[in-house]
Amino acid sequence: MDLNLVWFLLITILLIGYAILDGFDLGVGILSLFARDNQQKRIYMNAIGPVWDGNEVWLLTGGGALFAAFPAVYATVFSGFYLALMLLLFALIVRAVAMEFRGKVNAEGWRTVWDWGFGLGSLLPALLLGVAYGNILHGVPLERGGIYAGTFLGLLNPYAFLLGILTVSLFTMHGAIYLTLKTEGSLRHKLGRWASRLWIAVVTLYALATVGTIFAAPFLFVGMLRNPLTWLFALLLLGSAMTTPVFLKSLRYFRAFLASSGLIAAMIGLSALSLFPRLVPSSIDLQYSLTVYNASSSPATLTAMLIIALLGMPLVIGYTVFIYRVFKGKVEITPDSY
Amino acid sequence: MDPVFLARLQFAITVGFHFFFPPITIGLSWLLVIAETLGWRRNDGTYVRIGKFFGKILGLTFAVGVASGIVMEFQFGTNWAEYSKFVGDVFGPPLAAEGVFAFFLESGFLGLYLFGRNRVSKSVHWFSAVMVAVGATLSAFWIIAANSWQQTPAGYVLRNGRAELTSFYDAVFNPSTVIRYLHTVDAALIAGAFLMTGIAAYYLLRGRETEFARKSMRMALVFGLVVSVLEVMPFGHEHARQVARTQPEKFAAIEGLYSTQTGAPLVVFAYPTDKPPALKAPIEFPGLLSWMAFGDVHAPVRGLNEFPYDEVPPLWLTFVSFHNMVLLGVYFILVTGLGTMMLTRGTLWQSRKFLKLLLWSIPLPLIACQLGWIAAEVGRQPWVVYHLLKTTDAVSFTVTPGEILFSLILFTGIYLCLGSLYVYLLVRKVQHGPDPAAESEATVSWT
Repeated sequence: MDLNLVWFLLITILLIGYAILDGFDLGVGILSLFARDNQQKRIYMNAIGPVWDGNEVWLLTGGGALFAAFPAVYATVFSGFYLALMLLLFALIVRAVAMEFRGKVNAEGWRTVWDWGFGLGSLLPALLLGVAYGNILHGVPLERGGIYAGTFLGLLNPYAFLLGILTVSLFTMHGAIYLTLKTEGSLRHKLGRWASRLWIAVVTLYALATVGTIFAAPFLFVGMLRNPLTWLFALLLLGSAMTTPVFLKSLRYFRAFLASSGLIAAMIGLSALSLFPRLVPSSIDLQYSLTVYNASSSPATLTAMLIIALLGMPLVIGYTVFIYRVFKGKVEITPDSY
Repeated sequence: MDPVFLARLQFAITVGFHFFFPPITIGLSWLLVIAETLGWRRNDGTYVRIGKFFGKILGLTFAVGVASGIVMEFQFGTNWAEYSKFVGDVFGPPLAAEGVFAFFLESGFLGLYLFGRNRVSKSVHWFSAVMVAVGATLSAFWIIAANSWQQTPAGYVLRNGRAELTSFYDAVFNPSTVIRYLHTVDAALIAGAFLMTGIAAYYLLRGRETEFARKSMRMALVFGLVVSVLEVMPFGHEHARQVARTQPEKFAAIEGLYSTQTGAPLVVFAYPTDKPPALKAPIEFPGLLSWMAFGDVHAPVRGLNEFPYDEVPPLWLTFVSFHNMVLLGVYFILVTGLGTMMLTRGTLWQSRKFLKLLLWSIPLPLIACQLGWIAAEVGRQPWVVYHLLKTTDAVSFTVTPGEILFSLILFTGIYLCLGSLYVYLLVRKVQHGPDPAAESEATVSWT
């Protein structure tokens, strides 16, 4: 296994970690748009209160890791997707402060503003991240030497949009399932039922996206069937997709959460597998794609980064698990709450 | 419009805004460690209230800091794509390390510290306060290390049209990292101390929360004196000596030295002009600059005239921001020194004038941080990486001026909003005061 492959794996793992963790809190934010009253909104916010910061760090670290391991991808994609990325940052800024600001002034109008900030600030990132991912899978106009030649409107194609909606439904379902672990009584079961309905949307949209990929980016399928890892991820995908509604139906919510996490991991895993060794396919000529080999940092950097990851990530995972355990259980609204 | 200018303006505004918050977070988090330690060891409820109250301010500050910090992590790629391609190999690892080693730690344990007081044991809660402070301080290390590499690049080789890493250790511990780190973190501690003394002064002036305010004041004032002294001597002085050795153009600009001379004077006041670079009405001490920089009154110090005209930083901005920073540094020592003296004599609590001074001094360390940052970054111009890459060659060529203008307006607008809301909420929180002691826990102060 070479270093470039290792880093492709690590970036994929960071992306999966981010999608599973921030996925549920973006989902909770989207669901808050439909919360009935102030009390319910507070429960939603406080369900992610102690952990959302940490979840968002996965995105920051992913950005840093991409910068360090594949600087050409970091530079090309972020400058190429300029306006979309600025909107994403804008939404994340509003969302972060909305939670902190909302409870600080006891006035209806004030709360309403930040409720919308929190809700839309969660919806927009989910949509934009999905659209961005869709564009990468579909390929972006890269000329020889990885020079980006696209436009903002070019990013808004139907295939990317389909992936955007898929991401929104997936995160919302994941968030609803997370909330079942944090709520009680009728609210809890209502969220469980919503999750079941969202599951139908997710499965349908995923099937549509798969068919769409055959037309939009047929090169992604080349060699997939011969790769044993494909079957492993496909098995995970099927297993978690089939068991999610079963666990929801039988009210075994924690298992349902694990299943929806597995579903996210499988979806990203499969797409990463189909991209490899490309990181950003070129829609002009596949020869011009950015790959793990032509876009990477030097072996010295990849080695240094690997040591950082091996030293740091077990610690991070260790105390993250510890913190989640401390906050296990139902939301209690206390004076320290949002 | 010039895309390089727009990109620089956007970077300056976003990093400048962001840089108001981490210093408060770092400074306050260490003061909270002290308060939590005293509260736990002495079993003193007042310190617990100090912890809770300033903890909420920390949470507010941290949220705005994170919100504005996300932009920084992505902005190199969006606006400085050529820079990112050129330096990613060396500059990327410290940024990633910041996430892995520091930011996860800080944000994870902050959640535990703010929300977990009644869920974990006292020792775990205390530990979480320490981890927040350690995380925030480590975070600064990696950011300063990355920025210091731009100032004094090391541990790399030019290969394949970019800077490639040869030694991670040399790149991270390049000649300016350690001293710049100490100087910057200590500045953050001053910012935290002045925030706490200022708020305590407010309560003392109002005659509210006297015990709470006196204990906060004692703690933060003495702390503030120690860090204010350290900031100038040795950290500030040593940092200037390092600049003199490693970036002579910047040193000439901050000190306002136009022509190379032996026995160079230290200019304490002057009005600088850029075209031609010159100082008007200077007040100076002959030979002092040579002595401070190189330990010899006769040592030659290189002036701006010795370097190519297009490779020196702008004189006015660099000189003015540096000198005002130094001025503020001296002010911090005087104020905290005087305050500590009044504290020992027992006259502090009655001196309304001095308490007012402390209250209005709250923003000054933050201004000093901004000025220091401007001196450091403008003083490096026209280079984005000293003697390796010019700022004009570092921007994203695919991003149009219109797009940058759009994001510039977007960020300026939202930062103006956020900044005012932050100040508004901070003032409200202070006016509202700390929550009553533990007996009446049930009161909800912030609905």
